[in-house]
Amino acid sequence: MADLFDLLIGKEGDKDYKKKSVIVQGITGKFGSFHTQQMLAYGTNIVAGVTPGKGGQKFEDVPIYENMKDAVGATGAKISIIFVPAKFFLSAAVEALESGIKLLIAIPEHVPIKDALTIVELSKKHDAIVVGPNTPGVIIPGIIKIGIMPASPFKPGRIAVLSRSGTLMYEVSNNLSLANFGQSICFGIGGDPINGAPLIQAFDTIRNGVNIDGVVVVGEIGGDAEEMLAQHIIDTKFDKPVVAYIAGRAAPKEKRMGHAGAIIYGTYGSAESKVSMYAKANVPVAKRPAEVPMLLAGKLEKGRNK
Amino acid sequence: MRLLEYQVKSLFADYGIPIPQGLTSANIEQGRKDAEKLGFPFVIKAQMAVGGRGKAGAIQKCHNIDEFELKYPEIMQKVVKGEKTRAILLEKMADIKKELYLSLFLNRSKRCYTVISSSEGGVEIESVKNQIIHEVGLGNIDTKTAEEIGKEIGLKYKALEQFVDILQKLSKVTVEKEAELAEINPLAVLKDDSLVALDGKMIIDDNSMFRHDELRKFQEVSELEERAEKSGFSLVELDGNIAVVGNGAGLVMSTLDMLSDNGGKPACFLDVGGGATTDTVYEALTLISKMKKVRGILVNLYGGIVKTTTVATAFIKAYDNKMVDVPVFARMSGSEADKSKDMLKGSRTKMFDTIEEAINAAVIEVNKNG
Repeated sequence: MADLFDLLIGKEGDKDYKKKSVIVQGITGKFGSFHTQQMLAYGTNIVAGVTPGKGGQKFEDVPIYENMKDAVGATGAKISIIFVPAKFFLSAAVEALESGIKLLIAIPEHVPIKDALTIVELSKKHDAIVVGPNTPGVIIPGIIKIGIMPASPFKPGRIAVLSRSGTLMYEVSNNLSLANFGQSICFGIGGDPINGAPLIQAFDTIRNGVNIDGVVVVGEIGGDAEEMLAQHIIDTKFDKPVVAYIAGRAAPKEKRMGHAGAIIYGTYGSAESKVSMYAKANVPVAKRPAEVPMLLAGKLEKGRNK
Repeated sequence: MRLLEYQVKSLFADYGIPIPQGLTSANIEQGRKDAEKLGFPFVIKAQMAVGGRGKAGAIQKCHNIDEFELKYPEIMQKVVKGEKTRAILLEKMADIKKELYLSLFLNRSKRCYTVISSSEGGVEIESVKNQIIHEVGLGNIDTKTAEEIGKEIGLKYKALEQFVDILQKLSKVTVEKEAELAEINPLAVLKDDSLVALDGKMIIDDNSMFRHDELRKFQEVSELEERAEKSGFSLVELDGNIAVVGNGAGLVMSTLDMLSDNGGKPACFLDVGGGATTDTVYEALTLISKMKKVRGILVNLYGGIVKTTTVATAFIKAYDNKMVDVPVFARMSGSEADKSKDMLKGSRTKMFDTIEEAINAAVIEVNKNG
């Protein structure tokens, strides 16, 4: 498994250390252009954009290309972020992976499952990491922001946040920042039933980060990603503090709660099932977002007293 | 989108999966005509998007016209786990030797389609014993795999041959219609060793609907939920009296949880979405104003991409148009929160610094007013 920090920051001494090149697919759309400005303002090194029919033009001084092959050929970028309507996601993602992109951030919501599964298969073939679809993206506070998250909730620090929900990632990170727990990385898994990088895989791409004191996992009802992660934490004897939050305890069964992936069938996907597996892995679950920093402080304290 | 049994069976019929002879009606006049065409005895089956119909008496045998006149209206009135009967399927009874279980579903954690089959079907999947599980990639199943599965559940000769055919057709309908789940339970083995799908369940991937105009006729969402979808936000109607509004599915779910923990009853889940504008939020408030049960509105916003002032502006417009006449309890944090607080000062919206305080106030106020 590729190390995410290596892809996003690189190693000290690298020519592009902390300045990794990023391509924006769909750079001239309403959403894509706004977030390109926001990412540039944060300091993300956006080197190219792609919009078919607008090759040769520029946006905010960023050169635009007709297709991914040309954009990657001209820049050598390994990271791309996609802002296209769900209908066009499949072809944009295929183009990116086949052009040599190794980290693909897939923003669109409402991508069909069949298309997501196709991209999962293709990403395995090309040994690439796909984040999303339906993700707010990834941010290493103070260094690089590849996504649609606002900048203000995030502060540099040593806690990793993995989240299935966008706004809850902001809310929980903001609570952490206010309690002086900065973040080493915040990683939006995506709210769909099929994730390019599911919770376990996301966990594995960051677990060996030297700059991590603890991990916060923001989950929600639907699927069994939390249960699998809990088992994975037990199996791999991960010994740093992990704290979780799960949204949707009060949700009715068989109703899709905003996210395509947030749906309970029978007991499959229920909050109770997730909480009980987390208990086995010694992962406390916060009742509300504001409780996360308190539980984390408790776990870190215990770790120090060992 | 979860299809009703008769809808699933019409797809099964299109794909050549054997089903019992049956007719679907929405009222007793049509039902009587269907009964006459079909001939007694038959089974009366409530069409509703929920499991456990048998136990709840929403599926009953019917032997003659007197029974029919009694049972048809009774089953039409049934409510099971909050789901009403939408139509009634009359279906010929089968001479059953054995009941099998067969389903093909999207396995989220394995990120592939998976077949579950068993020789002991006819009960809910949680209770199905001796499950045989096969992962099948994107859902296509070749003859060899289908044969292996059939043999593993103990089928032979004619029954095996039929099973292979049905499983491959089930795979075809699942892949072509982009279903997350297609289930036949029970798949009955009849006295003559032929197989027939006695029940059928399918869930279609909502996000693929833009490629499936042919399935639109099956779509049944409430009028309010449909309007919400058109405006780009998600609405789920619930039973309580406090409408919960926020941005982001996770944040709104989280608010619902905290409200319930504190004794409040949510009337709806409303996520204004990442692309909310003053107009869409105003439309959201219009929908809420149409829900008669709503006694208060709880707002939880984390302003980022969507500025809190966008929402505040929509509320002021709603007050000016006298659309919102219930108390509003809001927590707005993040982008332009201070400006929003100023804008809403002196209005019907009570502002709180934390969501916990907003919830407490909402529960007390709404309970006080009964």
